[in-house]
Amino acid sequence: MSVLKKVLYGASALALMSGMASAEISGGVVKIGLLTDMSGAYSDVAGEGTIVAAQMAIDEFGGAIGDAKIELVSADHQNKADIAANTAREWGDTAGVDAYAELVTTSVAMAVFEVAKQQNKITLVSGAASSPLTNDACIPTGLHWTYNTRALAVGTGGAVVKEGGDSWFFLTADYAFGDALQKDVTAVVEAAGGQVVGSVKHPFPASDFSSFILQAQASGAKIVGLANAGADTINAIKAAKEFGLVAGGQKIAGLLVFLSDIHALGLDTAQGMQMTVSFYWDRDDASRAWSQKFFEKTGKMPTGVQAGTYSAVRHYLQAIKDTGSDDTDTVLAKMRETPVNDAFAQGGVLRTDGRMVHDMFLAEVKKPEESTGPWDYLKVIRTIPGEEAFGTLEESTCPTK
Amino acid sequence: MKTSAGYLLALAALLVAPLAFYPILLMKLLCFALFASAFNLILGFGGLLSFGHAAFFGGAAYFTGHALKVWGLPTEMGILFGAGLAGLMGLAIGQLAIRRQGIYFAMITLAMAQMAYFFFVSSPFTGGENGLQGIPRGKALGVFDLQDDLTMYYFVLAICVAGFLLIVRTVHSPFGQVLAAIRDNENRARSLGYDVERYKLLAFVLSATLAGAAGATKSVVFQLASLSDAHWHMSGEVVLMTLLGGLGTLAGPAVGSAVIVTLQNKLATGVLAAWVPVVLGVIFVACVLTFRRGIVGELRAIWRKSF
Repeated sequence: MSVLKKVLYGASALALMSGMASAEISGGVVKIGLLTDMSGAYSDVAGEGTIVAAQMAIDEFGGAIGDAKIELVSADHQNKADIAANTAREWGDTAGVDAYAELVTTSVAMAVFEVAKQQNKITLVSGAASSPLTNDACIPTGLHWTYNTRALAVGTGGAVVKEGGDSWFFLTADYAFGDALQKDVTAVVEAAGGQVVGSVKHPFPASDFSSFILQAQASGAKIVGLANAGADTINAIKAAKEFGLVAGGQKIAGLLVFLSDIHALGLDTAQGMQMTVSFYWDRDDASRAWSQKFFEKTGKMPTGVQAGTYSAVRHYLQAIKDTGSDDTDTVLAKMRETPVNDAFAQGGVLRTDGRMVHDMFLAEVKKPEESTGPWDYLKVIRTIPGEEAFGTLEESTCPTK
Repeated sequence: MKTSAGYLLALAALLVAPLAFYPILLMKLLCFALFASAFNLILGFGGLLSFGHAAFFGGAAYFTGHALKVWGLPTEMGILFGAGLAGLMGLAIGQLAIRRQGIYFAMITLAMAQMAYFFFVSSPFTGGENGLQGIPRGKALGVFDLQDDLTMYYFVLAICVAGFLLIVRTVHSPFGQVLAAIRDNENRARSLGYDVERYKLLAFVLSATLAGAAGATKSVVFQLASLSDAHWHMSGEVVLMTLLGGLGTLAGPAVGSAVIVTLQNKLATGVLAAWVPVVLGVIFVACVLTFRRGIVGELRAIWRKSF
């Protein structure tokens, strides 16, 4: 019996090795197509910085795996689903792109998911935040790296309710991401015994928030939750300041705030605000070293989306290097069995629903006198374990998990 | 005779084109060519400048998408359904708009199209900012699998050629002649006993239906219907395509749309990516200042002068 087993094992190992030897990289090039918002509301959060981050990952491999060159192509999707889907489809059909990366804005990510599903190509989502991407809207090859709205809800929403913020009014960006974020935070607030007294949807992107802020003031809610991101969050916080929302006794909870937003708002305006982040540059030696390199190239410290793009691309390339193949299923299997350890995440696990589970952090914006210089903005007050932030695999409603 | 030889040559080129070019881009070109030709039917041959054709183009995309995705209609029925509803929208908007002329006509169509746009933004069936995604391509006539790009291309080509032939037939028919008479001198046409309003309305509805067919087909090709198809930018773009190609010529709008779509496509990934609207704007200004008859119009003028 045991001899037979050994023979079988040996045979299967041989078969595997011969499989690896014959597998190769299609077209002699590993090509990554990066779609991001280069000019719109999310260009500071993602934008140029994600291209730099992806290039840094490629440079770590010396720009090539074996004989195969690694190429990066990028385009501005202008936050429009149709532009993103058309570009991705053309890249996949004619330009030999092997994987899609970044994809800030949920509607864009969902549109590219449709294309990637048909083409069976790996999609490394960093910027889009909606948790449906690894639940109802999941695809077998879609990987969601940086964060999701559930994690943000658990982090910021949970912390705010704990401090007595038990009545909420939402200002929500009117597309899939805003809906998902509001829904996830509502669940957290209600589970903790709080209540949601109302909400208003604003167009995406919006520049004039005055009427929405007035509605938030009239609602009498203790907490005004901003279920939006990027320039929308900045504009809403500025409008809230002008209308004296905080002076009137209400509090703002920014549900998705990035380091670049704090930089734009300034510590005077943002101090004391709590935010859930996937990455903070000044956390440990690895993150500091990587961020310093990023800073030298861009003049800015990276946001979580940018660091997440680096991590996802690096992990993808590492799997290709380890398997010697760029075949989607082979690479995907390798990516799942290897833990993610880099400047972005430690001990990250890629689940079968596409979710990359890693620790998240609840941070508070420093007071101006606490900050020692530019970009020294946050102090991490709690580490949120991955399972708590993202939930368990059993909770995922992804049909192909 | 010469023009029909030209059409046959163009058709032959289109039949073999997907062997040399990316079929999806070609399908996009065809859809926009039909859209611009439909628009040209009322602007070039009827003298009515509509600023609201995106409502028909984008609206039909949503209707078709919904019919295919939610109701599971066969592909060709879905496209007919979308085009038909666009025609009904054209009837409603046309009824109001044709009572006025010139700038007032343009403003009414723009206003109605904006109303349609806000309806699409806020209706749940369109998916708002997300757009309607994952529209199934299905099978043509229940036989040909449209998931294959090449089959899809010939399906789109058939629709667009049929639409184009309908436009050619309309322009050369007695109806088209009356339309041209109304364009050139509305009062004289009225004094000759033609019911001017009815002719204009019929032309408007026909144009809206064909614009709808183009939008519906595009949504099937890309499996996506989005707000940018219904946005007023699209209404402006189709004016640009028509003027650039040649107003009031049959082939002009197709040529104009080919130039614009190819430019947008090629510039989108190059160094000029952020400057696409500026480049198109410069082209528009150059066109209006130096060759007002458009590409095809100028070529025709040169042809006539030299023979």
